[in-house]
Amino acid sequence: MNVFFNIAFLVFKKDFTIELKSREIVYTTLLFALSCILIFSLTFVVEGQPLAEAAAGIVWIAIAFSGTLALGRTFERERYSETLRALLIAPAPRAAIYVGKLLGMVALLAAAEVLLVPLVAVLFQANLLGQLPLLAPLLLLGTIGFAGVGTLFAAMLVRARTRDVLLPILLYPITVPVMIAGVRGTSALLQDPAEPALAIMWIGILASFDVVFVTLALWTFEPLMTE
Amino acid sequence: MTTDFDRVELSNLSRRFGRRRAVWNVTLAAQGRDILGLLGPNGAGKSTLIGMLATLVAPSSGTIRFGTSDASRDSAAIRGRIGLLAHELHLYPELTARQNLTFFARLYGLDAARIVPAALDAAGLTDRADDDVSSFSRGMRQRLALERALLHKPRLLLLDEPFTGLDDRAVTLVSNRLRELAAAGAIVIVATHDLDLADGLVTRVALIRDGKLIADESAAPGLRTRYRSLLASA
Repeated sequence: MNVFFNIAFLVFKKDFTIELKSREIVYTTLLFALSCILIFSLTFVVEGQPLAEAAAGIVWIAIAFSGTLALGRTFERERYSETLRALLIAPAPRAAIYVGKLLGMVALLAAAEVLLVPLVAVLFQANLLGQLPLLAPLLLLGTIGFAGVGTLFAAMLVRARTRDVLLPILLYPITVPVMIAGVRGTSALLQDPAEPALAIMWIGILASFDVVFVTLALWTFEPLMTE
Repeated sequence: MTTDFDRVELSNLSRRFGRRRAVWNVTLAAQGRDILGLLGPNGAGKSTLIGMLATLVAPSSGTIRFGTSDASRDSAAIRGRIGLLAHELHLYPELTARQNLTFFARLYGLDAARIVPAALDAAGLTDRADDDVSSFSRGMRQRLALERALLHKPRLLLLDEPFTGLDDRAVTLVSNRLRELAAAGAIVIVATHDLDLADGLVTRVALIRDGKLIADESAAPGLRTRYRSLLASA
C-alpha cells in the first residue's frame, strides 16, 4: 500500500514540477474559465440584477469546460515523447499512476476554483463565500468525480487521433449526475434562507458518485491501458 | 517484485487490430547475449511485436514466455526486467536530465541518489545534468533515453528504431553501448528498417513482412543483399 501511494505521489510531484516550470495548463485553464464567467455575466446580469440561481450553474459550467481543457492538455504532455508508455512499462501498480494523474488534476481545478468562486460571487452577487464550510466539500467532491472519470477517459484516448472531439462526447454524459448534484447542492446554499440540510444531502450523493466512479476507474485503468 | 530470465520465447504470436493482421503466427526465441535484429519494411509489424514483448500490447493469440514466466500472468514482475527505448524518447522535455532520471529511478523503486550520477556519466551528460532536456540535441536526448531505459539493469532491452535522426558519432556510441550490454548477458532486440545500421551490430536476424516471420537466422555480413534475396523469395 505504501508503494502505491509513493508512486501516486511521485507522478503527482512530477506533474506539479512540470506545471510549475511551464505554467501552461494553469494559465490556459484559468483564462478559459474567467472568459466563460465574464461572458455569462454579460448575459445573465441585466441592469445590475443577476438571474436567480444562475451563479450555481455558472460555477459548475466553468469547472466542466476548463476541466476538459486541462485534461486534454495534461495528457497531450504524456503523448508527446510517449512518456505514458514509459510510465506503463514500469513495474509500478498502474492504478497508482492513475491516482497520481487524478491528484494533479484535482489540485489544478481546486486552484482554479479558488479564483473562480470569489469572481462569481462578486459578478453574480451570490453569497458563495458565506457558505464556504459546505461549498468547499461540495466543490471538492464534485471536482473529484469529474476529474476521476475525465482522467480515465483522457488516458484512454491519448493515442486516438480524434481525442479532442471524443473526450467531451464521452465525458459530459457520464458526469451529468456529478454536475446535477453539484449545481443542486450549490443552489441550495444560495437560497434565501440557505438550505444546509439539502446541500448536505447532495454532498452525500456526490461522495457516493465519487466512490463508484473512482473505484470503477481504478479497476479498469490497467486493462484499458493495455492496447 | 521482479522476475529474472535469460530467454524470451514467442510462440504462435498473433495480433489483429480490427480486421487488420499486424502480426501473424510468429514463433521466435532470443536469449542472453543475443542482439536480435527485427528487420522489415515500414508497417511490417515490428513495433507491434516490440509492444507485445514490452507487455504494452496484448496478443490476440499465442504466448510470450520470459524464462519460466508467462507474460499474461506475471506482467508486472516481468516489466521490472524490461527496458524500452523507442523513436519517441520517453523523456519529459520540460524537466532536466537529472530530474528525468531521478523520476524514473524512483518509479522503479531504485536508489536515485546512487544511480542517477552514474547514468548521467554513462550518457556523457554530467556537465548538462541540470539543463532542460528541451535544450538538448537529438543525439544527447537519445543517449539520455538509453540510460533511462537501462537504469534498472534490464535483462531484456527493446529498441524500436533507435537510430532515427542520429549522426554517425551518436550511432557509434549507442551501438557500442548495446554491444556492451549484450556481452554482459542482456537480451537486446532491435527493430529497425535501416539495414546499414543493423549490419555489424546484430548477431541474429528475424525478417518480418506483412506481420509474418519469413526468416530467423544468424547474422552475416552483407545484410542488405541477403535481405533482398529473402524478400524476393518469400
